[in-house]
Amino acid sequence: MASDSPVKIVIVDESPIRAAILEEGLREAGYSAVHHISEMTNLLATIYAIDPEVILIDLENPRRDVLEQMFQVSRAVRRPVAMFVDQSDTASIQASVDAGVSAYIVDGLKKERIKSIIDLCVSRFNAFSKLQDELERTKSALEERKVIDRAKGILMRVKNLNEEEAYVLMRSTAMREKKKIVEIAQSIITASDLLK
Amino acid sequence: MSDAGQATAGALQVGFIPLADAAALLIAVDKGFFAAEGVEVALVREVSWSNVRDKLNIGLLDAAHLLAPVAIASSLGIGHVKVPIVAPINLGLNGNAITVSPALYAELAKAADGDLANPLASAKALARVVAGRRKAGQGPLTFGMTFPFSTHNYQLRFWMAAGGVDPDDDVHLVVLPPPFMVESLASGHVDGFCVGAPWNSVAVALGIGRILHFSVDILQRAAEKVFAVRESWAARHADALMALIKALQKASDFVEVPGNHREVANMLARPDRIGVEADVIMRTLQGRLPVVRDGAMRTHSDYMLVGRDGATRPDPVQAAWLYAQMVRWGQTTLSKDKAALAMGVYRPDLFDRAVKSGSTAASLPPDHIGAFVGPAFDPAEIEAYVNAFPIRRK
Repeated sequence: MASDSPVKIVIVDESPIRAAILEEGLREAGYSAVHHISEMTNLLATIYAIDPEVILIDLENPRRDVLEQMFQVSRAVRRPVAMFVDQSDTASIQASVDAGVSAYIVDGLKKERIKSIIDLCVSRFNAFSKLQDELERTKSALEERKVIDRAKGILMRVKNLNEEEAYVLMRSTAMREKKKIVEIAQSIITASDLLK
Repeated sequence: MSDAGQATAGALQVGFIPLADAAALLIAVDKGFFAAEGVEVALVREVSWSNVRDKLNIGLLDAAHLLAPVAIASSLGIGHVKVPIVAPINLGLNGNAITVSPALYAELAKAADGDLANPLASAKALARVVAGRRKAGQGPLTFGMTFPFSTHNYQLRFWMAAGGVDPDDDVHLVVLPPPFMVESLASGHVDGFCVGAPWNSVAVALGIGRILHFSVDILQRAAEKVFAVRESWAARHADALMALIKALQKASDFVEVPGNHREVANMLARPDRIGVEADVIMRTLQGRLPVVRDGAMRTHSDYMLVGRDGATRPDPVQAAWLYAQMVRWGQTTLSKDKAALAMGVYRPDLFDRAVKSGSTAASLPPDHIGAFVGPAFDPAEIEAYVNAFPIRRK
């Protein structure tokens, strides 16, 4: 392999968003030959056809064991793959497993390049989890908002309150009972459904 | 004492793969055997052996349900980072089976000049089928197994090589995660596989596979899954480790009582445990399996051993046999040091310290393995043993 030829990288990930985030990061860092595989049948054959230097796979993917076969001497394996990082570099392994990604590197790739790819991978995977957490939070905040609005409507109707009075009543009840306002709202809805 | 105290301060993280031979571990949690010994265990369900190995190696897991050969490979640093692992108790012996597609079974039956129930006859039949396909210009047969360092890989290789089939040159061997074995057989991606319970039974129930051999036909007493911890963890948590071994032994005993099978099967069937039908798990525990849909049942009392017959006590001879397979198939080189290291992964001394009155092995084969072909295994003569097999990597 000529040292100036582009490093071919394969991303094996069933999450298209995460794969896109990672791919973008790699391209920004100058790795232009990035392939994303989302079709898992015949995974090895697909990988051999691309013949990459680096394979990145998410840890939730059960097909990860399939990649382990690349260490083996067999007719199916044309190019031996080394383990992802130097034996001594346990910090990199720890960081990548923590982030939920594993990297397989074909023998002969320069150490600095490996390190930069793995670091990038880890930070992008972490960024993705953060994004996902935020999305979950936003989603649940939206849900809560809907529940509270419904309960407010019930109070306004049943107790003849205006919107602000209904909200204040729920908030003060929540404080008194040391509960979240959404929990109070939910019990109002449940009670109202029961009494229908 | 301080170590045990430390261990109970936070729950121990213990990884497992949803397979029938995780039974003792899962039951130790669900029936409170760990709690009774004062250890708190949080189960972590994993999707791949690579994950279990990596998370155990770097300390995200304290312990794990692990393929015996992975514990050895990790300790020797084969194919991966070298992290010494110890196995102080077995979680299961035997329990695998070789299943083939109905089409391959029919071809084998036509090619066989003996009873296909005999593994030597079936392996020779396979050799004829392989030769016939080559002559006809057809592609090689493909067989699935679960991991390069797996008993399934070695059992499949041992069996077919006995009939003259070179597992690297004459067929394709591919790694497939156990839950994907069945669909791969159905789609024709593989023609057969070797996997643990309950996946053979699932293929049979769907009518897409026929069980050709139980692994006990190939090796009477085969290492399978161990309870694995890092050697450094074992040294630092000696008391907690004793408690874990004791609880696992009690759970293994519980699993083996026929009157408990229904309860055990129901517990293991839960989606966060193994997540397959309780009846399928029940049959695995009983060693009573249909080998073909709507057809014959086959019963073998040693189909899978969890706690009976001294199965829990780690036997270093079996670790040495696994190392011999790694040498035979070119995964590592032969040396006295490596053999000793491999045997040292299995720790009957730790087991004996925790379990004072375990069951004894009533049906132990003379060489502790009982393979259907080849010379008796002697851990002191691994080179001679490996060289006795004409098909091997040189």
